[in-house]
Amino acid sequence: MVGTRMKRRVAIVGAGMTLFRRRMLETGKELSFEATKMALDSAGLTLNDVDSVVSGSAPDAFDGVHMKGEYLLDGMGAIGKPYQRVYVGGGTGVFTPAAGWWNVASGFSDVCLCVAEEKMSPLHPHPQYAFWSIFDQILERPLGVTLLWIFSLEMRRYMHKYGIKEEEIATVAVKNKGNAIDHPCSQLASKITVDDVMNSEPICWPVKRLDVSPPSDGAATVILASEKVAKKLTDQPVWLDGIGWTLDSTHWTNRDLAYPEYVEKAARMAYKMAGIKNPRKEIDIAEVYDPFDYKELHHMEGLQLAGKGEAAKMAVEGITQRDGELPVCPSGGLLGVGNPIAAAGMMKICEIFWQLRGEAGKRQVKKDARTGLAQAWGDLMQVGTVCVMRS
Amino acid sequence: MPLKIGVIGAGYAGFDSMTPGLSTRELMFEAASRAYEDAGINPRKDVQSFICCTEDFWEGISITDEYMPDQLGAVLRPLCTVSSDGLVGVATACMHIASGLADVAVVESHSKMSDVVNPSEIVSLGFDPTYTRHLDVDPNFVAGLEMSRFLKETKTRRESCATVAVKNRKNALLNPRGVYGANLTKEEVLNSHNGMAPLSELEISMPSDASIVLVLASAEKARKLAKSRTVWINGIGWSSDTPWIEDRDLSRAAYAEQSAWRAYKMAGVRSPASYFDLAEVDDTYAFKELQHLEALKLAPKGKAGRMVDAGSFDQDGRLPVNTSGGSLGVGHLIEATGLHKMLEAVLQLRGEAGRLQIPKARKALVQSWRGIPTGSGAVAVLGVN
Repeated sequence: MVGTRMKRRVAIVGAGMTLFRRRMLETGKELSFEATKMALDSAGLTLNDVDSVVSGSAPDAFDGVHMKGEYLLDGMGAIGKPYQRVYVGGGTGVFTPAAGWWNVASGFSDVCLCVAEEKMSPLHPHPQYAFWSIFDQILERPLGVTLLWIFSLEMRRYMHKYGIKEEEIATVAVKNKGNAIDHPCSQLASKITVDDVMNSEPICWPVKRLDVSPPSDGAATVILASEKVAKKLTDQPVWLDGIGWTLDSTHWTNRDLAYPEYVEKAARMAYKMAGIKNPRKEIDIAEVYDPFDYKELHHMEGLQLAGKGEAAKMAVEGITQRDGELPVCPSGGLLGVGNPIAAAGMMKICEIFWQLRGEAGKRQVKKDARTGLAQAWGDLMQVGTVCVMRS
Repeated sequence: MPLKIGVIGAGYAGFDSMTPGLSTRELMFEAASRAYEDAGINPRKDVQSFICCTEDFWEGISITDEYMPDQLGAVLRPLCTVSSDGLVGVATACMHIASGLADVAVVESHSKMSDVVNPSEIVSLGFDPTYTRHLDVDPNFVAGLEMSRFLKETKTRRESCATVAVKNRKNALLNPRGVYGANLTKEEVLNSHNGMAPLSELEISMPSDASIVLVLASAEKARKLAKSRTVWINGIGWSSDTPWIEDRDLSRAAYAEQSAWRAYKMAGVRSPASYFDLAEVDDTYAFKELQHLEALKLAPKGKAGRMVDAGSFDQDGRLPVNTSGGSLGVGHLIEATGLHKMLEAVLQLRGEAGRLQIPKARKALVQSWRGIPTGSGAVAVLGVN
């Protein structure tokens, strides 16, 4: 019921995702359909039960389709429904359920489908070329800037400021690609070693091939419901208790890249909403955005899960392993499962959903996880999006 | 129960066929500065959410939210892109406020179409890449098809569409924002270049540049800040028909019917045809104004054409429609179209519409459509105490 300024509790009641692969033969509409059908089936719902749809998908340039949110909406089940596409670059996948949250919490909807999709493969000769167009036409494009270039700057700065070694960072790639072996949708699951990472092809020093996640196609969907509806549908609703997002200045060249302040602010917004005062103690499990291995560490610090410059130590000590004190990326993350930009963030939401319900199979973490977090990042190293979930 | 979310500030910049002296970001900065001054707020302290409505291909940049924060005062604040018309951005702001996420939310959208060297190709890139894009025709053909079907199904006279074009271009002459104000005759409109028959060139809105910023607030906050000038959003709805042009019933604007149904329900509007004092509805193509008026139940089916010919929708008519001049008169503002319509309605309801002022304007309808090739749109019901 709209208009009474209420904040209703919102739960995730179903989830689904496709395989993540370098090139899927399905169209973006079909990928969306597969993930959404799976989510609806898992919750015992049909489109008739859905009040609204939110979609998340990153650059239209991948598909070469203008207003691609419109193009995709039939595959997302949105015909005849209130439909909105939200878009914050790489942060989109975790922002999509946040948008679902406000559709339901506001009273505008009782059941909201949140569909994240990405099809990067259409872009030739390589999806990375889409990222050429994210840069300022006058000040940056003439430099031939790429994402790999600017992230290597960030990685270098982070390593330099806190004295972190490449080998320490490489342990994250080893962990996540290994974790991904147990994820049925994973694209790049493999048992590798730190030496493998160190010997892999240099892309843009210090970034090497095995430090980076791949371009991918895929889709993932969650279904959000109001408390009343959620309790009717399932004994195990996963409450979306906190959402947060923050965007930093366009002028990334003027910022100290060593610390993601915008991730901290996004996290604090979500923690405040969820009533979390000591994240390091209260967060049991975290899906932290890992398009590059150093990013998992960088973001853990922004999320207040590690002190500044201290995440590497936690990784090396095994604290972030599945059987560790604070499992990070038990799914295998972007490094292992794949990185279809928006769908990758949503994959993390799905993972926390399944983990908090004890449905993560071989990936299930050892500890009794009750409170989980998913985080994504993107733009010009600029945006943090965070969701806090509870069983 | 009415939504009762307040519009406490409005600002804009541009409104010209081209704005070479200002970059997009400078246009936004000017619009935002004016909106914040109008609302009496400091964006660094008083705003909890910033929402921008943009599409990458119009901006010539991927991930356009990257380029939004600084000029809006949103650095290190929650800002996001909603890839839709500005009215859906307004709906998003309403959901932020209604859910308690924000007390004050800012919505921005803009058009810098003068920077776009190949607008027709960009629209074509919105077509289905497998089934439609290869046709390699001026995308306005979709409007031509739709107009043909609409005229047939509703038995609307072709000439009535020309009346819309004449009305809106003439209205724009009194609007300081009326980029394309002109005194046309129906004959001139009907005889203009006929590439997409039955649609003629003077029935197609031309692009213009502008940035528009609205500041929304909860009722509580609005009462503290804006006192008597608040315009209330009492109902809002948005909807999407199928993206497949081939599957659509081209005689109807289903998105407008569905959006209106939701907005009217929320606002408690039972007899739309007699409820409103003014309406700003989409007129991207002249016939769309008539189609939308019928979809919104502001005119009975098949009657909008006769009503516009009779002067019912003139500024001094029974229900002034697009007194601002609409997109035909002010210029098409792509994603900012819905925000422009809200701006004009807000000015009317505040009594600040100058030569355009409709006396005793208390209740307004605002409607937008995302344009070809979409079947998406939104509706808002506005009112003052």
